Amino acid sequence: MQVTLAIKRFNPESDKPQPHYEEFTVDVEEHFTVLDSLIKVREEVDESLALRCSCRASICGSCAMRVEGHATLACKTKLISVMDGQSKVRIEPMTNQPVIKDLVVDMKPFWDKIRDVEPWLQPQEPEPEDEYIAPNEAMIHLTGVMGCIMCGACVSDCTVLEVDPNFLGPAALAKAYRFVGDPRDDADKHRLKELSKYTGIWDCTRCYECVEVCPKGVAPMDRIMALRDRAIAAGFDGNYGARHTEAFSDLVEHSGWLDELRMIPKTFGMFNPLSLGPLLGMIPIGLRALRRRKLPPIRHKSIPGVKNVRRIFKKVEARK
Amino acid sequence: MKYAFFPGCVSRGGCPELYPAVLKVCERLDIELEEMYGASCTGSGILQEKNEFLGDTLNARTFAMAEQMGLPIMTICSTCQGVMSQANKRLRDDPAHLAEVNETLKEEGLEYRGTAEIKHIMWIMVEDIGIEELKKKFVRALPDLKLAPFYGCYIVRPSWALEFDSHPGRERSLEALIEAVGATVVDFSGKTRCCGFPILTINEKNSLAMVANHTSEAQSLGADAMVTPCPLCHLNLDSFQPKAASQNGIRIHMPILHLPQLVGLALGFSPKEMGLGRHIVSPRRIEEKVAEAAKV
Repeated sequence: MQVTLAIKRFNPESDKPQPHYEEFTVDVEEHFTVLDSLIKVREEVDESLALRCSCRASICGSCAMRVEGHATLACKTKLISVMDGQSKVRIEPMTNQPVIKDLVVDMKPFWDKIRDVEPWLQPQEPEPEDEYIAPNEAMIHLTGVMGCIMCGACVSDCTVLEVDPNFLGPAALAKAYRFVGDPRDDADKHRLKELSKYTGIWDCTRCYECVEVCPKGVAPMDRIMALRDRAIAAGFDGNYGARHTEAFSDLVEHSGWLDELRMIPKTFGMFNPLSLGPLLGMIPIGLRALRRRKLPPIRHKSIPGVKNVRRIFKKVEARK
Repeated sequence: MKYAFFPGCVSRGGCPELYPAVLKVCERLDIELEEMYGASCTGSGILQEKNEFLGDTLNARTFAMAEQMGLPIMTICSTCQGVMSQANKRLRDDPAHLAEVNETLKEEGLEYRGTAEIKHIMWIMVEDIGIEELKKKFVRALPDLKLAPFYGCYIVRPSWALEFDSHPGRERSLEALIEAVGATVVDFSGKTRCCGFPILTINEKNSLAMVANHTSEAQSLGADAMVTPCPLCHLNLDSFQPKAASQNGIRIHMPILHLPQLVGLALGFSPKEMGLGRHIVSPRRIEEKVAEAAKV
């Protein structure tokens, strides 16, 4: 069978360095992965095509790139699975990371952020004579996150990094969870305090892109949510993210559904001087909405049988 | 065709134009609705980050109510749909989890047996009514409209919860409906990205940058409007669009339509009947084109 690969190329050493698409049509076998086909292009058509790969078995994490608009490992993706009846496949370098050449991106920002979360054990106890021992059952919940191969796919497709390159991002935050959740580590308070700042756990939009594209089932977003829970439990609950979660929970517990009108002041805090700016900033929005009658009801009624919702909240929270 | 109607919070809150539009559209499509007045908020993913078991229990309560009614659930919000689909999958896949949740529901005389079906109105139109049947009910085509689809995260991700394998039409359902009303689909990269709403009060700058990116991209591709099945996306993309434009120093005028409003226009309802006048970004351009189509 024949396939046309539309590859996004960029050569910084050309006369006019401009990203552009180039199409290569090659004969492929049905079992070919995207990587097989790219190697074929490089070996038989254009040896200047730049790409990274090593193990060809989804272990080394070198060949992450975007195929048909989503980040994936080229070696793990069968061509046929992305062709969807078409004969053309679009292949691009990962996004949210600077392109060095063609399909090769600069991973330095990625590694800098991994380093930012201090990815090493910080025990307080005196060093044991042999190794640090952790019971199996205390480590099982970390096996998923330990499966991370640092390929950068989650970072590539993160919706927050697209607008804010300072966000720590899914890979580094998942790595942070790996240490916060480790029973041998004693730096939880310090870690959770740092992670609760701007660019940390509360900036994630919960869009599930990272969960969807991760080739190893690490589910970075789920780890970020677990970090939020731990941060609130550790007392780092004064930031807008934690306040938003608590306000939402209180309002739903009270009436069974969300009272949006009270959500904003409850998140910002009516008597918090730092909140004056954000609250004032909402006034033009509110006035515009008022003019168009695009506002929640002033009198928010509880749902029928709300006492059952309140009972569930109490019972389940006590269980926790 | 009858459903247990779960309207969610925002269609009666920040997007109050959606709820009456849905009732009108459903009546004309012969979709009978029995509203679930006693059902609670799904937790929206926010309660789940604090306590997933709590979220699953609240949703199981809603599912058990629908089982008692003997009806599938109809949602009108991508977020409600996604959060409920996820909860349902966890409850169905893990009998021990389901039993534990039922232990809490018992006091209210409820038990979830794991049979609830939860469907967004967008899926109902594509799967239960079908595009061809739907087209028979349309009284006007809207061929002059160029519309950019905007799904909302939770109706496209995570895929493990959304049954795309057994319902392959779901992944293109919004485009299929835009084509069904005779309009042109403006495909754009932001289509399945995040609108920014979940972090609006946490990191407004980032949230508004997302609004600005998506609306300006749709605008640059010549879209007359964006269409969304998610009222949360609508709230951010519409209500916060002027602020987003000013933050990013660009001019944007991109009307945002709720999907049921678009279908309502094809069914012959006036823009006023569909509540278009209640949007923040004036959809006058749409109103004019609909008036033109009505003349034909």
